Amino acid sequence: MDKQKTDFATVGKSELKVDGRGLVTGKPMFTADIDLPGTLHVKILRSPHAHARIVSIDTSAAEAMPGVALVLTHKNTPSTRYTTAGQGYPEPSPYDTRMFDTVVRFVGDRVAAVAADNPEIAGAALKAIVVTYEKLPAVLSIDESQAENAPVVHDEDDSTGIYDAKRNIVANIDILAGDVERGFAESDVIVETTCETQYAQHTPIEPHVVLSYLAPDDRLVLRTSTQVPFHVRRIVAYALGIPVRQIRVIKPRVGGGFGTKQEILLEGIAGLITLRTRRPTLIELTREEEFVSSRTRHPMRVRVKLGAKKDGMLNALEMEGISNTGAYGSHGLTVLSNTGSKTLPLYNKAQNVHFYGKAVYTNLPVPGAYRGYGATQGYFPLETAMDELAEKLNIDPVDLRRINHIRAGETSPIFVKLGEGREGVEQIIDSCELEKCIDIAAQRSGWAEKHGKKTRDGSWVHGVGMSVHMQGSGIPEIDMGAATIKMNEDGSFNLLIGATDLGTGSDTILGQIAAEVLGVPLDKIIVYSSDTDMTPFDVGAYASSTTYVSGTAVKRAAEKVREQIIDVASEMLASGMLASRMLQVDRSRLIITDKQVRTPDGKSVTLAKVCQQAMYIKDQFQIGATASGLMHQSPPPFMASFAEIAVDTETGELKILNYVVAADCGTVINPKMAEGQVEGAIANGIGYALTEEMQLSPTGGVRNPNLFDYKILGMLDMPPLDVVLVDSYEPTGPLGAKSIAEIGINAPIPTLANAIYDAIGVRLTKTPFTPEKILAALQAKNT
Amino acid sequence: MIDITLTINGEKRRFSVGAGETLLELLRREGYKSVKKGCESGDCGACTVVLNGRAVTSCIVFAAKADGGTVLTAEGLESGGVLHPIQKAFLEEGAVQCGYCTPGMEMATYDLLSHNPDPSAIEIKEALSGNLCRCTGYVKQVKAVKTAAKKIAGEAK
Repeated sequence: MDKQKTDFATVGKSELKVDGRGLVTGKPMFTADIDLPGTLHVKILRSPHAHARIVSIDTSAAEAMPGVALVLTHKNTPSTRYTTAGQGYPEPSPYDTRMFDTVVRFVGDRVAAVAADNPEIAGAALKAIVVTYEKLPAVLSIDESQAENAPVVHDEDDSTGIYDAKRNIVANIDILAGDVERGFAESDVIVETTCETQYAQHTPIEPHVVLSYLAPDDRLVLRTSTQVPFHVRRIVAYALGIPVRQIRVIKPRVGGGFGTKQEILLEGIAGLITLRTRRPTLIELTREEEFVSSRTRHPMRVRVKLGAKKDGMLNALEMEGISNTGAYGSHGLTVLSNTGSKTLPLYNKAQNVHFYGKAVYTNLPVPGAYRGYGATQGYFPLETAMDELAEKLNIDPVDLRRINHIRAGETSPIFVKLGEGREGVEQIIDSCELEKCIDIAAQRSGWAEKHGKKTRDGSWVHGVGMSVHMQGSGIPEIDMGAATIKMNEDGSFNLLIGATDLGTGSDTILGQIAAEVLGVPLDKIIVYSSDTDMTPFDVGAYASSTTYVSGTAVKRAAEKVREQIIDVASEMLASGMLASRMLQVDRSRLIITDKQVRTPDGKSVTLAKVCQQAMYIKDQFQIGATASGLMHQSPPPFMASFAEIAVDTETGELKILNYVVAADCGTVINPKMAEGQVEGAIANGIGYALTEEMQLSPTGGVRNPNLFDYKILGMLDMPPLDVVLVDSYEPTGPLGAKSIAEIGINAPIPTLANAIYDAIGVRLTKTPFTPEKILAALQAKNT
Repeated sequence: MIDITLTINGEKRRFSVGAGETLLELLRREGYKSVKKGCESGDCGACTVVLNGRAVTSCIVFAAKADGGTVLTAEGLESGGVLHPIQKAFLEEGAVQCGYCTPGMEMATYDLLSHNPDPSAIEIKEALSGNLCRCTGYVKQVKAVKTAAKKIAGEAK
């Protein structure tokens, strides 16, 4: 039986991060913070062309340089095709990537790698490699990719899992519920909008980095900044053609991921160099390489058509997406899936729904997983269209959402039709406080007083905008995470988890869940993540899965351990009583609280004594258990997002005056950390909406590969942000919890787009909303 | 190679450095791993240390130029196992997520509070505007700096 929420001892409290002390004191906790003698440093030669065949490659001069240990090219590396997407097996992404290929497909694609005694030698050796390229025609946009007789990005015959390689189509989706044609025909009002999103990047402050070395038993150790240690092990084993058992992946602290570290980019190369040279090998991407060669968000063009009755009830909903997956198809299918599956069920009143689209190759930088993952791109047109619909119907945009959004006890046909890269699962919403989120955020933002008022202050005009959102909690019936708990004789516990804390605080909240079930304070839980030799399996940190999926594993493991403790304790407590009075203690009435096992009549035994009994005294055994979390649902968190802005009609400058969000993530395990997830996601989303854009040259290169020219929000750019967590209880979640990590990033684009419309009456349909675009739209409207 | 002397976290040390070697590279190779590499162009602030009393991005300072100087890194804030009030405040306010930008933020805070013991929100934001964080949205970091200021003022009483 779950405890009632009010009974929680540690859950619901802002416990300090279990790894916080080390982080604030700057202890060497990150991948590159340890020095191993004889470490090789690696530099990677990258393609200057968007599409070219390598005619010849001469590495002899580089290899002859003193201090160079190894040069890798397509000539001396495995030709196995694999995917860099760190997803569950079998991955729903095409096997279209080689460690080094004979064809390069984007500016920045890898050509060769040099391992040398220091970075300077490696850099100098790169310059000594002579490559002759035969330039091939390139496709540098979605439209070029889909033109008649377009150059084919993947014309090789050994790639698999591509929907239609000859037409550059990585993936294709078409799902239908009800009858959309009829739905639109029977609608009183129809709106349609098409929105485009740009190339944007995660920019974790720690770029991708891996340190590989041979263990004393000759096994390969990959110490790597990753979100997916177990997928790294499997995919590297496959790419290198060595057994999984030969590899140990250690995930130390990770300096931010946001999806880009769900990609296996460097581990295979480092591992191969270590296996060949028997020396430790460090690969650190520079910031420029991070921009040019790692991963980005999928740029998309998404069209939404809504049909509604006069009363505002949606009747038909159509969404068509086309996604640019760049030169390789990593996450191409699943990101596109999520554009529909994480957005359309929100408006379940529409019974006629059509979602279709494709993901296409181009010779451009490679997108991959990125927080929000398709949903961010889908919410832009969906919530813009809802705003347009509200205006046409003369209904307050807030009320239009209230009329149409999904509620507890309801379902959507989309849940079963569309999952993540395959069919979904049926689900009925058990917890939904979106209505309360809307009420609270509307009230705190002053929506009723401010909407439609267009208050002027010189050349500045004020406006307010809003949008609502849902996400998911893990991928149902795919994502699995496991946890092991073992007890120590001082009454403490080791919690070993494959779940991957990449700064999110998951070590802490998973520790809190264990502590809650075991009746101990958090400092009795020693949390360790993640290490493929030491911790049980977990798919890793993605898809907003950790709290819900891994948290369930932790709760189940803790419950099993609790049963073992009760077993031992009941015998201990019974043996201390007079046999005539009570032959055995009623197990079901024992409780664990405050580090003791207690009977209702006040007898108790400490957890330390229980463990000592089991370890040393009688019928000895290790109190401990492993359990897995595999979920059959993906309960969505919900969010209402409101912003007040001012736009300077003379310059196009936009200022956010106030931003309010209210979110329902079920039980809040750790309030400060949950708020932090929302605050960070909103900040990232505002950057995506207003300032961040990878600018591409006419030949496909990145023009602004640095943090000066690619503008993420700094402290001065951050508007006042008011985050409210609205209480709810998700019965399928661990102690009532759902996810919170991704949902916030979906909000700023549509909220700000709608606020811009409220202020100045123009609809921007291409991100980012720069002053230039705002001014141009204003001028177009006024002429 | 150039011979230089630096006083790092109170300890006077001699180093032989390359002409192009940055203070970041020197500090990391000498074991001061709190100093993080994020961009090597002075844009992200992860490598911020206090040099001669002011916060600098150590990735764009040549080690040789710092000769004779005094450097404080996050390792030098903690004393005898007791957290510095700035570290304590960052921890307690939930200002740390991945923690990669944290040491740099703390050093920028150290510079700010040693010159302005009671900064306003805007002064905090200006002082830390060169320290990028991708995780937090900065809300709790601004709070942490305020809390640190209060803690330091309380200790001084």
